[in-house]
Amino acid sequence: MTTAIEIPSAVTPLLRVTDLNKFYGTRIGCADVSFDLYPGEVMGIVGESGSGKSTLLNCLAGHLAPDAGQVLFDTRAEGMRDTVTMSEPERRMLGRTDWAFVHQHARDGLRMNVSAGGNVGERLMAVGARHYGNIREVAVDWLGRVEINEDRVDDRPTAFSGGMQQRLQIARNLVTGPRLVFMDEPTGGLDVSVQARLLDLLRGLVREMGLSAIIVTHDLAVVRLLADRLMVMKDGHVVETGLTDQVLDDPQHAYTQLLVSSVLQV
Amino acid sequence: MNAMIEIAGVAKTFTMHNQGSAVIRVMEGAELSVARGECVALIGASGAGKSTLMRMIYGNYLAASGSILVDGVDVAKAEPREILALRRETLGYVSQFLRVVPRVATLDVVAEPLLAVGVDVAAAQARARELLTRVRIPERLWSLSPTTFSGGEQQRVNIARGFAHAYPALLLDEPTASLDAINRETVLSLIEEAKARGAAIVGIFHDEAARARVCDREVDVTAFTPGLA
Repeated sequence: MTTAIEIPSAVTPLLRVTDLNKFYGTRIGCADVSFDLYPGEVMGIVGESGSGKSTLLNCLAGHLAPDAGQVLFDTRAEGMRDTVTMSEPERRMLGRTDWAFVHQHARDGLRMNVSAGGNVGERLMAVGARHYGNIREVAVDWLGRVEINEDRVDDRPTAFSGGMQQRLQIARNLVTGPRLVFMDEPTGGLDVSVQARLLDLLRGLVREMGLSAIIVTHDLAVVRLLADRLMVMKDGHVVETGLTDQVLDDPQHAYTQLLVSSVLQV
Repeated sequence: MNAMIEIAGVAKTFTMHNQGSAVIRVMEGAELSVARGECVALIGASGAGKSTLMRMIYGNYLAASGSILVDGVDVAKAEPREILALRRETLGYVSQFLRVVPRVATLDVVAEPLLAVGVDVAAAQARARELLTRVRIPERLWSLSPTTFSGGEQQRVNIARGFAHAYPALLLDEPTASLDAINRETVLSLIEEAKARGAAIVGIFHDEAARARVCDREVDVTAFTPGLA
């Protein structure tokens, strides 16, 4: 299974998902999900707990095996490949090079017993960097980009605040120059002031690096500021998709209308 | 000569699923054509649908039927990524309210549309400084987030942001509201300059003198309101 899959289109999507299904026994995780994500696009997935949005994200990122459907990714070497059917080593390689995954809890995405610089440098070594001086230099540069002072490079993440840990996780994930970033509630559990800073940081990085991203969240304010497009999920199904501001300002589906009208105004 | 903005047979309904599935027809048979260098004012009583029509042109509201061509792209049927590209390159929108990421500096808020079309940081910031100076935002505020500014200051930041990139088409929702005379004059000059470089503009102005000065035509949206025409 190394044949590239042809897609007739002027611009090739970075990710093409078709009829993705995941069941937990007889219970639906997510059902019949299809969408295209183009280079540079940020898509938000919203829905309440249990709507299937995290299941979908984990299927897309190769953490869960879907029961049916395709997840086609535009690989650098071979064009469109189905990441569901590729071999585990191939998928892991993609996970280290072209994909990044930002967890809600930074401790799930960091090595807590390794220094901040080591957390970032480890990813570089995983893709072949060997020169210690260069690795440290890049690590310090990345810590600066996520607003962590150079004098903290040798501290462990356990000595960091929640917001700093999250920024470190982002640095660790982006240092290898991925093309697609999966984020699971990236601002969840942070103070609102820390959230704002993180949102601004993410927006800048997405623009500068031309990243594509899929962000799962239940926070509509976060997707309004971060996502170009929105997918609304309920009971494992996609009930509405569209431009983020259109879905939020002119929701068509009953559930989306309920979701939008339930947000408390500050 | 093709118009920059060409609207035909546009209808809009709202279906309130959580309020007894009430279907409200707010617009039918909307027609509008705006040439390059032309400014058209939408008029009509409050609630007649001026903002609704403007939001449909921007792709913020979904049209129920009809076509909304902006520089050849049918916003009523286009894919999200096509509308995003249109908004980035071609179609600007100055809304009544500023919506930005909290804690981002005013200078960066104004420069952002330029960065989005690939202008380098130094040039984008230079243009942002020039515009902020023109709309009289004191330099000591440029490094602060506009979320803490007064209503009039936020409106002026919004205008500076909306005029940063030379969009070929512009939507202006009450651009002179809550501005004093001198800043109102600046905004009217910005609109005149945009027209002079060939921008097609659709505006909502309650300020009649402003409307008379910058608009070439008026279109009464009451004609598109079901049951009112």
